Amino acid sequence: MQVIAPTDLAVYPGQIVAVLGPSGCGKSTLLRMLTGLSPASAGGVLWHGQPVREESPNVSIVFQSFALFPWLTVLENVEAPLEARGMRPIERHKRALRIIDAVGLDGFQNAYPKELSGGMKQRVGVARALVVEPEVLFMDEPFSALDVLTAETLRGELLELWLENKIPTRAIFIVTHNIEEAVVLADRIIVLGRNPAHIHADLAVNLSYPRDRKTPQFVELVDTIYRVLTRPDDKQDHVHTAANGGTAVSHRPIMLPHTRPGGMAGLLEILVDQGGRADLHRLAYDLSLEVDALLPTVDTAVLLGFLRIEEGDAVITSEGEEFAKADIQTRKKLFRAAGLAHVPLLRQMEQALKAKTDRTLQDEFFHDLIDEHFSEAESRRQLETAIQWGRYAEIFDYDAATGKLTLTEV
Amino acid sequence: MTSTTPVSQHSGSLLLAPARPIGPRRRWAFLIDIAVMLFLFAAVVGIYAIGRSWLGPVAPGAHISQSPSALPLYALYSLVRIGVAYGLSLIFALGYGYLAANSRRAEIILIPLLDILQSIPVLSFLPGVMLAMVALFPHRQIGVELGSVLLIFTGQVWNIAFSFYSSLKTEPRELKEAARIYRFGNWQRFAQLDLPFATIGLVWNSMMSVAGGWFFLMACEMFVLGDRDFRLPGLGSFLQTAAGNGDTRAVLYGLAAMVGVIVLLDQLIWRPIIIWADKFKFEQVQDAKTKTSTLLQLVGRAAFVIRAYRFLVRPLINWLTLSFAGGARKASAIISEHRRGRWGQWLLGILGVAVILVSAFAVFRGIGELSSLHRQDYFALLRSASFTFLRVNAALFLGALWTVPVGVAIGSSPRFSKIAQPMVQLAASIPATALFPVLLLFLIRLRGGLEIAAMLLMLLGTQWYILFNVIAGAMAVPTDLKEVARIFCFTTWDRWRYLTLPAIFPYLITGMVTASGGAWNASIIAEYFHFQGRIVSAPGLGSTISGASDSGRFDVLLASTLIMATIVVLMNRLVWRRLYRLASTRFKLET
Repeated sequence: MQVIAPTDLAVYPGQIVAVLGPSGCGKSTLLRMLTGLSPASAGGVLWHGQPVREESPNVSIVFQSFALFPWLTVLENVEAPLEARGMRPIERHKRALRIIDAVGLDGFQNAYPKELSGGMKQRVGVARALVVEPEVLFMDEPFSALDVLTAETLRGELLELWLENKIPTRAIFIVTHNIEEAVVLADRIIVLGRNPAHIHADLAVNLSYPRDRKTPQFVELVDTIYRVLTRPDDKQDHVHTAANGGTAVSHRPIMLPHTRPGGMAGLLEILVDQGGRADLHRLAYDLSLEVDALLPTVDTAVLLGFLRIEEGDAVITSEGEEFAKADIQTRKKLFRAAGLAHVPLLRQMEQALKAKTDRTLQDEFFHDLIDEHFSEAESRRQLETAIQWGRYAEIFDYDAATGKLTLTEV
Repeated sequence: MTSTTPVSQHSGSLLLAPARPIGPRRRWAFLIDIAVMLFLFAAVVGIYAIGRSWLGPVAPGAHISQSPSALPLYALYSLVRIGVAYGLSLIFALGYGYLAANSRRAEIILIPLLDILQSIPVLSFLPGVMLAMVALFPHRQIGVELGSVLLIFTGQVWNIAFSFYSSLKTEPRELKEAARIYRFGNWQRFAQLDLPFATIGLVWNSMMSVAGGWFFLMACEMFVLGDRDFRLPGLGSFLQTAAGNGDTRAVLYGLAAMVGVIVLLDQLIWRPIIIWADKFKFEQVQDAKTKTSTLLQLVGRAAFVIRAYRFLVRPLINWLTLSFAGGARKASAIISEHRRGRWGQWLLGILGVAVILVSAFAVFRGIGELSSLHRQDYFALLRSASFTFLRVNAALFLGALWTVPVGVAIGSSPRFSKIAQPMVQLAASIPATALFPVLLLFLIRLRGGLEIAAMLLMLLGTQWYILFNVIAGAMAVPTDLKEVARIFCFTTWDRWRYLTLPAIFPYLITGMVTASGGAWNASIIAEYFHFQGRIVSAPGLGSTISGASDSGRFDVLLASTLIMATIVVLMNRLVWRRLYRLASTRFKLET
C-alpha cells in the first residue's frame, strides 16, 4: 500500500521547514521516515549523504502528546536521553539543569509531569529534545494539544531560542496543520497533498522575524496556502502515471473526506448568509476552526457539487443553495441524489444491494472492494464515512452489531 | 481479593484477551491451540515420567501440632512459602510476558499456552512437581518444601504474566517512539518504560495471586500421593489436620490466625504498595483527591530508607543503566546484525526441533497412558465433568444473583459504600477454604450436605470477583444518565432494564469470567475433602482429580486434567470471549 508517493525533499542547515497538509495525508509518516523510526518501503532517506539507520542520526522529536514518562520527574525525564548515551550522572545532571533553565522551567525540576500545565509539559518535551544537542529538531504538531494562548507563547519562545542561537540545533522540521503557525515560524513551507502523499507546493518565506499577522504580506501568504490546499488535486493522476511509466490508467477511487453531512449543511447555511461567497481564510477565522477541521467539510461540499472553489474563495452552487434552504427531509433527498451522482462508492453500494434478492450485504464485502486502494486503517475509515453518508441519504440501513447493510425500500 | 478497584483491567485470562492488540483474527488460531495442548500434555507426561524415574526414599511426614502456641511459627512458615512462591512467580511472569510481547514467534505459542495453563487446577501439577522435587533432595525436607512452593507458584504465576504481557502490548505509541528516538537501551527501556507502565496491573494481579495462594494453601501443604503422606508445618496443614480430626476449636484458632495474617499483610504491605503505585498511573492530569498512607509516608521519611535509596539503590540503578548502555553499544559493534541473526536462527531451529521431538515422544507415551483407560472410564469422566459444570455455573448464577443488587446498592450510594466497602473487603480477604471445615461441620449432617457445601465453597471463593466488579461498574454509571432516569420517572424495572444492567454489563462479564475460571479450579477442593478422619466427596471432575492425585492414578489424573482444561478453554473461547466482545462494543459507555 502506497502512502507516500515518490517525494524529493531536502532539509538544509539554518532553516525551519514546516510541513503542512490535511489530516491523514502522511505528514507524520514522513516525519517518522526522516527520523528513521519507520523504514521507507522504497527510496531512501539520506543523512549527510549516507542512508539513514535508526541509530545513526542525531535527531530529536517533540511529540504532539508530549510523550513524557509520567513516573519520572522533570529532571529525570530530561536526563533520560543522556543516560541512554552513557553519560556520567554528575555531567548529565549539569546539562539537564542548564537546558531546563533555558526553557524556563527552573524550579520545576523535581515536579512530576502530571503536576504541570500543558504548556509546561511541552517545555519539558522541548528540553528533553534539546538536551542531546540534536542536529535536526523534529516537531510533530507540537502545539496542537495546547490552548491558543499557550501555543502562541511557546512558538515565540521557540523562535527566540532559535534566532538567538541559544540552541545547537542546525535545522528544525515541524509538522503542523495550522497554516498561520507555519507562516509565523518557517523559512520554508512544504504543502503535502494526500493519497498518496506528495509535495503539492514548496514555498519559501522571506518575511523578517518577528512576523506580524496583520501585514498584507502575511495575509497574502496565508491566502496563497489556502488556495494551494483547496486546489483540485490534479497531481494525483499525474503522479500515478509517472510512477507506472505512463502506461497505466488510474483506477484509484475518489477518496471521501471524513465528515458528517450535518457539518456540511452548517457550512452551506453560513455561506448563504454571507451572500454565497466567502474567503476560506476568513471563514476559518470566523468559525474559529483550524484548517484541517474546515477543509474536509469543504471537500465534501465540493465533491457533492454544492460548492465551488475559486481563487481561495468558497462559492456556493445553485444545488448548494437549494440544499441549505431546504428542510431536513428535502435535504436528505438532495443529498441522496448528489451522493449517487458524484460518489462512485455510494452508487456501487446501492447497485450491489439492489442486485441481491434479500437486499442485504455484509460490510466486509464492501471493505474488500476498497481495501486494495487504501491502507487498512484508511479503508476502514472510508467505509465508515460511506456508511455514514448512505444512512443519512437513506440509501441503506446499517446494523453495527451484525455489520449488515440493508437497502432502504422507497 | 482485597481490592475495591475494578479488577477489570488486568485479571483473569479472558478479560485481557479482547483488549489484546492483535491484528485481524487468525483463522488458523485453533491449530495453535491444539498444538499447544499437545505440547502441554507432553510436558505434563514428561514431568511425571522424570519424577517417577527419580523416585527415591522420602522422609516420613512431620507431626502437625494442634496447639495454638504453634500458630505463630506455622504462620511464618506459610508466609515464607507464599512469599517465595510469589517472588518466583513475579520473576517468571516478567520474563514470560517480556518474551511473549517482544517476540512475535514466541507470542504465537506463549499466549494460548498461558490460557491453558491458567485453566489447569493446581493439584494436577502435584504429582510431577512433588515427585521431581523429592527425587532431587531425597533425604531432606527441602525437597518437599520446594515442591510445596512450586505448587503455590503454579497457582499464582499465570495472571501476573498475562498482566505484564498486555501492559507491554498497550504501551502508548509515542512513549515507545520517544524511547527509540532517544536510544534507550534494553535495560533503560525496561526500567523507565516497560516496568513502570505495567506496575499498576502487576500490583493488582499480585494481590489476586497471593489471595489465590492462601486459598490453595491447605492443598499445597498437606497431601497424599499414592502411598506417601506429605505434610509440612504451616497454617494450611494446621487447618486441614484440625478439620480431619473434627477439632472445631483448633479450626477456629487456625482460622483466626490466618485472617489475622491476611489483614496484617493487607495493611502493612498491600495498602502502601497500592498508594505508591499511584505514581505510575498513566494520566496527564492529577486526581483531585490524592490517597495517602501514613505508613508509606513514615517509611519514605525514615532516614535509613532515604539513605539506603540514595547510596545503594540509586547508584546501583545508575551503574546498571550505564553498563547496559555501554555493553549494548559494544555488543552491537562487535556482532554484526547479520551474523547474530543467523546464529539466532540456528539456535532457535535446533531448539524447536528438540522440543518437537521430545513432545512427540511424550505425547506418544501419554497416549499409551491414556489408552489404559476404557471407554466406560471416559464416560464416567464426562459424567463427572457435567456434574462439575452444573455446579460451577450454579455457583456463578447464585453469585451474580446476590452480588448484582448488593454491588449496585453499594456502588451507587457513596454513604452506604463508606460503611460497606471495608466490611466487604474484610469478608473477601478470608480464604474460603479456611472457612470450609466450619461450614462442613454444619452441613455434613444434612442430606446432600456436601453438594451444598461444594457449591458454597465455589461461591465463597469466587463471588468477590463479581461483587467488586459490579461495585466498580455501578460507580461508573454517568450521573447524567441517572438524572435522565429520574426526570422521566422510570419505574424500578425500567431503570434496571435500560440503565443499570446495560451499564454494569461489561463489569459483570469481567467479574464472571474470572469467577468462572476460579470456580473450576476450586472444584478440586470443593468436591473432595479430608474431614473427621474420612474422605467426603461429591461426584465431579474436581473430586476425580483430587482422588486420582491422592491414589497416584496418573492415567485418570491426566485424562481428567485434559478434560477440565478443554472445557475451561472452550468456555472462554465460545462463551465468555463473545460476551466480552459484545460488552466492549455495544455496552461500552463512551463519552
